[in-house]
This record gives sequence, C-alpha cells and structure tokens, in this order.
Amino acid sequence: MSSKPVVVVIGNGMVGHKFCEKLMAATSSFQLVVFGEEPRPAYDRVHLSEYFNGKSANDLSLSMAGWFDDDKDILLHLGDPIREIDRNARTVHSQKGISQSYDYLVLATGSSAFVPDISGIEKEGVFVYRTLEDLDLIRAYAVGALRGAVMGGGLLGLEAAKALLDLGIPQTHVIEFASRLMPRQIDSTGSQTLESRLRHLGLQLHLNKSTLAIEGEGKIKALQFADDTRLEVDMLVISAGIRPRDELARLAGLQVGTRGGILVNEKLQTSDPRIFAIGECALVNHMIYGLVAPGYEMADIVASNLAEGNKSFKGFDMSTKLKLIGVDVASFGDPFIAEPECRTIVFEDRHKGIYKRINISNDGKYLLGGILIGDAAAYNILLQTVNNRIPLPPDPEELILGSRGGGSEGAGVMNLPEEALICSCESVSKGTICQVVTEKAIHSVEAMKKCTRAGTGCGGCIPLVKDLITGTMKANGQYVRNVICEHFSHSRQEIFDLVKLHGVKTYDETLGRWGKGDGCEVCKPAIASILASCWNDNILKQATIQDSNDRYLANIQKGGTYSVVPRIPGGEITPEKLIVLGKVAKKYNLYTKITGGQRIDLFGAHVSDLPDIWEELIRAGFESGHAYGKALRTVKSCVGSTWCRFGLHDSVSFAIEVEERYRGIRAPHKIKGGVSGCIRECAEAQSKDFGIIATEKGWNLYVCGNGGSKPQHALLLATDIDKETCVRYLDRFLMFYIKTADPLTRTATWLNKMEGGLSYLKNVVVQDSLGLGRQWEEEMQTLVDSYSCEWKEVVESPELRKRFVHFVNAPRKKDPAIGFEEMRGQVRAKEW
Amino acid sequence: MSANNSSATPRDISNGSQDRPVATHDLSASTRDLSAAPRDLKWFLACRVDDIPPDGGACVSHGDDQIAIFNFARRGEWYATQNLCPHKQQMALSRGMTGSAGEACEPKVACPFHKKTFSLLTGECLTGEGYQIRTYPVKVKGGKVNIGI
Repeated sequence: MSSKPVVVVIGNGMVGHKFCEKLMAATSSFQLVVFGEEPRPAYDRVHLSEYFNGKSANDLSLSMAGWFDDDKDILLHLGDPIREIDRNARTVHSQKGISQSYDYLVLATGSSAFVPDISGIEKEGVFVYRTLEDLDLIRAYAVGALRGAVMGGGLLGLEAAKALLDLGIPQTHVIEFASRLMPRQIDSTGSQTLESRLRHLGLQLHLNKSTLAIEGEGKIKALQFADDTRLEVDMLVISAGIRPRDELARLAGLQVGTRGGILVNEKLQTSDPRIFAIGECALVNHMIYGLVAPGYEMADIVASNLAEGNKSFKGFDMSTKLKLIGVDVASFGDPFIAEPECRTIVFEDRHKGIYKRINISNDGKYLLGGILIGDAAAYNILLQTVNNRIPLPPDPEELILGSRGGGSEGAGVMNLPEEALICSCESVSKGTICQVVTEKAIHSVEAMKKCTRAGTGCGGCIPLVKDLITGTMKANGQYVRNVICEHFSHSRQEIFDLVKLHGVKTYDETLGRWGKGDGCEVCKPAIASILASCWNDNILKQATIQDSNDRYLANIQKGGTYSVVPRIPGGEITPEKLIVLGKVAKKYNLYTKITGGQRIDLFGAHVSDLPDIWEELIRAGFESGHAYGKALRTVKSCVGSTWCRFGLHDSVSFAIEVEERYRGIRAPHKIKGGVSGCIRECAEAQSKDFGIIATEKGWNLYVCGNGGSKPQHALLLATDIDKETCVRYLDRFLMFYIKTADPLTRTATWLNKMEGGLSYLKNVVVQDSLGLGRQWEEEMQTLVDSYSCEWKEVVESPELRKRFVHFVNAPRKKDPAIGFEEMRGQVRAKEW
Repeated sequence: MSANNSSATPRDISNGSQDRPVATHDLSASTRDLSAAPRDLKWFLACRVDDIPPDGGACVSHGDDQIAIFNFARRGEWYATQNLCPHKQQMALSRGMTGSAGEACEPKVACPFHKKTFSLLTGECLTGEGYQIRTYPVKVKGGKVNIGI
C-alpha cells in the first residue's frame, strides 16, 4: 500500500466515474478507493432505454481504459455499499465489512426513484426504472404482458415508456399527474404537439390523472384514479421523480436540505470540509441537478480543487435536446418567459407535428430561450445564441424557419465569441477548438476528440465542431480541399479532372504522378471509381485496387461467402427466368431472398462457385446487377398503366429503359431510381437519388432523395416533361454528380452541401447555366455505348476465372472455416 | 491496483495450430507464443509468384492453417500473415487492400470486412485496438514463394 493520501469515493455511477477520471488525469498524488453499490461497474444510465433496443450491458459500460495501469492507484469495490461514515475517525465502513480510512471523501451516491405512497404499491408487477437490474426484472415480467403503464410523464417516464414499447408490449400507457408532459421543459402547446406525435406512435396518454390505488390479488391488475376512472394494466413502471440518496450524509450528521439533498457550497463541500458531494445527491444553489452534464462539471471542480485548483460551481445551463421515441424535443435558456417580459415567436405545424417557440427580449436584440418539438436541427445554434448573447438578425423568425441546401449552414458558428461553450459535457470552448486547429494542425473530428475530448460525451456538439474546424481552416487561408487521404493532396474532384485531362488509365500511374507513398484502402477504391466513371474498362483489369466487393464482383457476407444478384430491370421478370434462378439456387444450395430493389438475391456462394453460377445465369440471359458496386443499383417501378386502373403512363417500360441505359455506371456512391405511374407513388420514387412520377401531361423528375439512417425526400427538379427531356436531364444530373461529389457521398448529402442548393442545381441541369450540358450528355452516351456485362467477361476469360479461388495452392479446396446452419428450410451463415 | 470484478472472458475458438489472440488487453501472452526462434523455422513451398496478384494478396493452405501472402510489387517486397482477421474471426485478410501508412510508409493490409488495418511488418492493428496478427517470413526464389513456419 502506498503512503499517498486517500480519496474515497462513495458511488460508482456516471458522476462518480467521471470524478475518478478527472482526478487521475489531474494528479497522481492521491490513492483512490471507490465503493459502488451495484454489482456492475459504471455504465451509461442516460441511454438505459437502449438496453431493450439491442445494446448489451457491456455496450453501455463506461470506459475504464488506463485505470489499472501501473502508474495509477485506484481500487474499485463493487456490490459493496458503504453503511456508515465515521467522521471523527475519518473512516468509512462497508456492507462487506471493509473499513477504509480517508483524507477526503466524495459522495456521489446519486438518487433513487421516488415511489409514491399509493395503496397496493408493493404488489407484484410494479417496478422502478433506474438500474440495469430493474430493466432485467422488467424484461422478465413483460413476457406475455398485454398492457403496461408508466407512472410519470416527465423525461424519465417517457424514456421508460419507450422501453416498454421496445419490449413489444401491445398497449403502453403513460399516466401523468400534471396537465402536460415534461412540465419542467416544455409548455402546453409543445406538450400537445408531443402528445399527438406520441399517440400516433401508439402510446396512450392520460394527463391530469392522480393514482389512488393499485388493484389486484398479489399481482397488479388495474390502477384506480382520483377521478373515479380505472385502467386495467398487467405491469407498472414508476418514474415519478427522483429523491437524492442522502441517507449516509444524514446518519453522519452532515447538513441536508429540508426537502433532501446534501447541502454543499460552491466548492461542493458539505458541512464537513473534508467531505464533498457531487451529482444528483448534492443540493447546490438551492437546486438538485438531475442531468449528467452539471454532475460532470461538479466532478471536474472537486478533482481540480483537490489538485490545487480553485474552481467553483456557479450554476448550470439546463438546456437539453433529446430524441424521445423518435421525436426531437429541445428546451433551452428560459423556455417559459412570456409577454409582457418578452415577445414570443411561435411556429406550429399540426400536419407534421412540429412546434417551435423562441422568446425574444422586448428590444428585439437577444434570444432568451425556447422550445423545439419535432425538429430540433436549430438547437445548437439557438443555444449558443442564448448563452453568448449574440445579437439577433433583423428577421429573427428565420431562426426557426430554415430550409435545405444553401451550403452556408456553418456560418453562424464562426461568429461565436471565444468563450462560447461548444461541448458542455467536457467543457470545451470555441477558443480551445480553434486554437488546436491552428496550433496543433487538428483537422478532423477524430483528432479533435483525442486532443480536447470535445464530442466524446453525448456527441451532440459534433456538427458544430466540424463546422468550426472547417471555418477555422478557411479563416487561416488553408483551402479546405477535402483531400481524399494521406497519399494525395487533391480532392476527388481534382483527381477526376486530372485523370480525364491527362487520359490516365491506371491507378499506378495516378499514384505515380500525383500521389505519394503506396496508397491505401481509401484512395484505391476512390480512384478505381474515378477510372471506371471515365473509361468504363472492366474493373477486374485492376483487381487489387478495387473495394472489398468489387474485387470479386459480389457482396461478401458473414462467414466469407458471397451473394449473387442478377439484374432484373424495372423489377419485371419472366416465369422462365424465375425458374432458372430457382434451379441455380437449389443446385448450389443458396439462400434466396427478394430485395427492396425489386430483385432476387442468392446467398452463400463460395468464391470458387461464383464463375460457375454466373455462367449459368448469363447463359439464361441474365447480367450483373452491380449490387456490389458504388454504381447504379435498380430503378424500381410500380404496376403502371399496362395493368393498374390508376396508372397514367407505362412506368414499367420507362423504368426498364432507364435502368438499361445507366446499368454499369459507377459513381461516388450507389445510385437508386424509381418510376411511378401516378401520384400514389407505389414505386416510392421520392426516396430515390432520382425519381420519376407520371402526371397527366408527362413526367415529374425528382432528385437527391436517400434512404438510410437519415432519410431525405427527393426534391422536384422539373414538371410535366416528356421522356426524352427526362433522360437528357438525368444524363446531365448524373454526370454533374459523378464529377463533383466527394467520395462516398450520396446525392442527398451532395445537394445539402451545394452552395445555392436546389436552385443552383436546377440552373445547372435544366437551364444549363454552366454550358456543360452537351458535353455531359456526350460523356454519358460514351459510357452507355461502352457498356458490357463484367460478369460475362469473367465467365468467358480463363485468366480472370482463375482468381476466384480460396486457396491458390489448392484451387478445388473450399474454405473449411465456412459453415452453415439451417433456418426455415434454407441455409444461413453461422453466427460470428 | 485492480478491479475486483472480472471483465468478460475471451472467446476461445481453435483453428488448428493458428493462434488467435486470447484477449485484446493481454498482448503479452499472444506475442510470447507467436515469434518462433529462427533456428526452429521450417520452410515450405507455398505457391508460384504468378499466383499472387501484384500489389495484392492471395491465400494458401498449409495443413490446418490458412496463410495470406502479399506481393507488394511497388516495392518489390513480399509479406505473409495469418488469413484470419481477429476482429470477427473471418478468413479474409488475403482479400484485403494493401497500402502504406504514415510518413514511414509502413506496409499494411485492410481487412475487407470492416477495414481494420494491420501492419505487414509487425502484425499490429494500426487503428490502435490491440488486435494482433501473426506474420511469417517469406523467401522468393526461382519464381516460387516459400513461407517459414
């Protein structure tokens, strides 16, 4: 045992954990001994609801990297709560019988769920929502439950409701005592907007309800309310508030607040100067702070002060932005201040379920606070505007009426003062971020995270951090050129132009002329894509620069086998061809599935079987579907006028024409299209990179829609055009995208970043403002004319077929590590 | 000092004599076993030079082992490693893209599954996650590639 002074921490929750992290980073002059009540080490309680959404307990664990290195002095006792603090002897006694002396003591005991005194509360089926153990109990009891209820419609209650929804309970109710949800964060109109969205998602809400009793014989059966109504439920989760865990402090004679909480000064010291309290158990400035960010600040203050610092807690901004059951909710500054102390601007869209309120000072100069429901994209900038008293523009309503595109989204953040706190979880100011960009050449978010820890907490500040990095570099005269990787000092667009201009056809020549080093897994596929877009050579001629899937013209799957996707243009197939697919799948024992792109996917092919499989498919008239490439995938279609009673035009034929025109085209990312025969839009064309929808007079063309994790609808580019014009615009649009987008950027992101947005794009494509329309159409025609199926070329070339083996020294031996399991009569890959 | 709660036990999947790193923080065990003393090396003839695509890799079978061989043609260098990527235990490294990292141009390969990169010199994972792959010495003579085990 060392002779260093000892700091004992009671509590291994998020704030206790942060304190240890901060103290060890600040100084090595202390020995740390931590006592935690729960059996697990600290985990992210804020994201507890993710536990029913796929995250494991391990995923939620907070990192203890480096804690147990040789030069660190920390001992962690889990599952061993402290029973008594002996202040005279300066010793704590734990449940398991450990007696630990301390020089300083930090109480981070947090809070417990408040359980109201309702008759029947002790019945089976009633739970609180606080720990992973609680969640395990809830999950076990929820099996077979039909009706679940949550008591409490605040932040935590709605999180618990989401957890019940995730568990698949058919009816989930929320019971709230007040007349609105989240009464401390949002106003009544905001609550109404939130309520309608939540009801839409299947939640049943009961406001103004006071629960009198819980009915049932031993197990909960129903809730009885003060207004004489009754609700039958199978389980109840109580989330009606928190009570600070100050019992140890009381026993030890420390001062506590009249309504609970350990009283501390601005240095977080209790009435005993050697004992501190931080997080939810502390009562500071007459407040209990129930969010993690102020708790982290308290941890930082005590850790700094123990290391000879002199920081104080001066209150904390309780602004928050969260996503509750898929709905954005944000509350910042003073959300409730109203006339006559200020003037409010309110935007309410009941159609989309959006409510935005901002409170402006009477002289119109400053933003005082606000509420955002359903769309909180403006939160970061609005928060900064409030906290830094940035003068408002003459039309402040613009702050809540934004629009897509424009490219100048980042402008606001550069106007912030240096002290503006960008990352509140880790307390990183704008000044610090800009300084490291300039002085330490930190040019990426990853490097910024490592250097300043900004963005490593909740991650909400990352868009602002990105904008600051870019803005600072621009201000320093460093042209932010989006170089593709360490081996090139050019952007993708520049390399594209150089390759085209100089007629360069190989990666080696490109690297030799403009690159350095030996390339990597970033620039090789990026340049392979450029070469394909320029020259349309068979990509296997330069096999080793291709990305994982292009290398074998197939998508690699779990286990090491590949999938096979023949092209089925427009989603139309003949019975004969279907039979061929069935026969091939049976012969090679492949798993079959129909894709979202209206075609058929065959899984489980060994690499050496691929050429044989494709030989049979090509003989039957199929060709490669390019499911493995950053290329045109599919053009979906609806039934259209040939069969459908609503179809205005033949959408299937048009979809087939378009898909056959652009098949094989490679691009910065995958391209997906759709053609619908009428306004009902059964082909879902508005979520595609290009979507064509029939009108009475012709077709409407929409562009830049994307699915994925942040879906965006396509925007209208042209109306009532004929097929020839549509194809001409598509030629131009696609070439413009191929030539100017950054690597791995979908069309939606490309448009979002485009200066001038949709108006500019319309000018370029429809009005031909750059005068490049004809050139692009010719280039596209060259690509179309030079198309040939790459699988056909492989099948016909013994040289290329040779590469499709697992072992080069045993070409007929398949990979012994590959194994399959059975599922619903077909194969599936073994779990990894 | 230590936590008195054990962390997750590492999975133990055996695949012939090829080592898988036991636990990501326990590098001492894996590195101790991995480097055989030079006098213990046995050379075997793996394949012909033409079997490995230039500036790329391919896989050979040797007993129960799968070995990835890389022809770093740009530099006239040859490397060999285990074919198994320790990230999700997939036999795929031979199909990865080669390249160089940093000012020192350390030769590397990126696994096709999740693009974890490994140094071809030391077998260390270059994204700092503690993974380690086994490397083998390579001798090229008379158009033939030999691996030392």
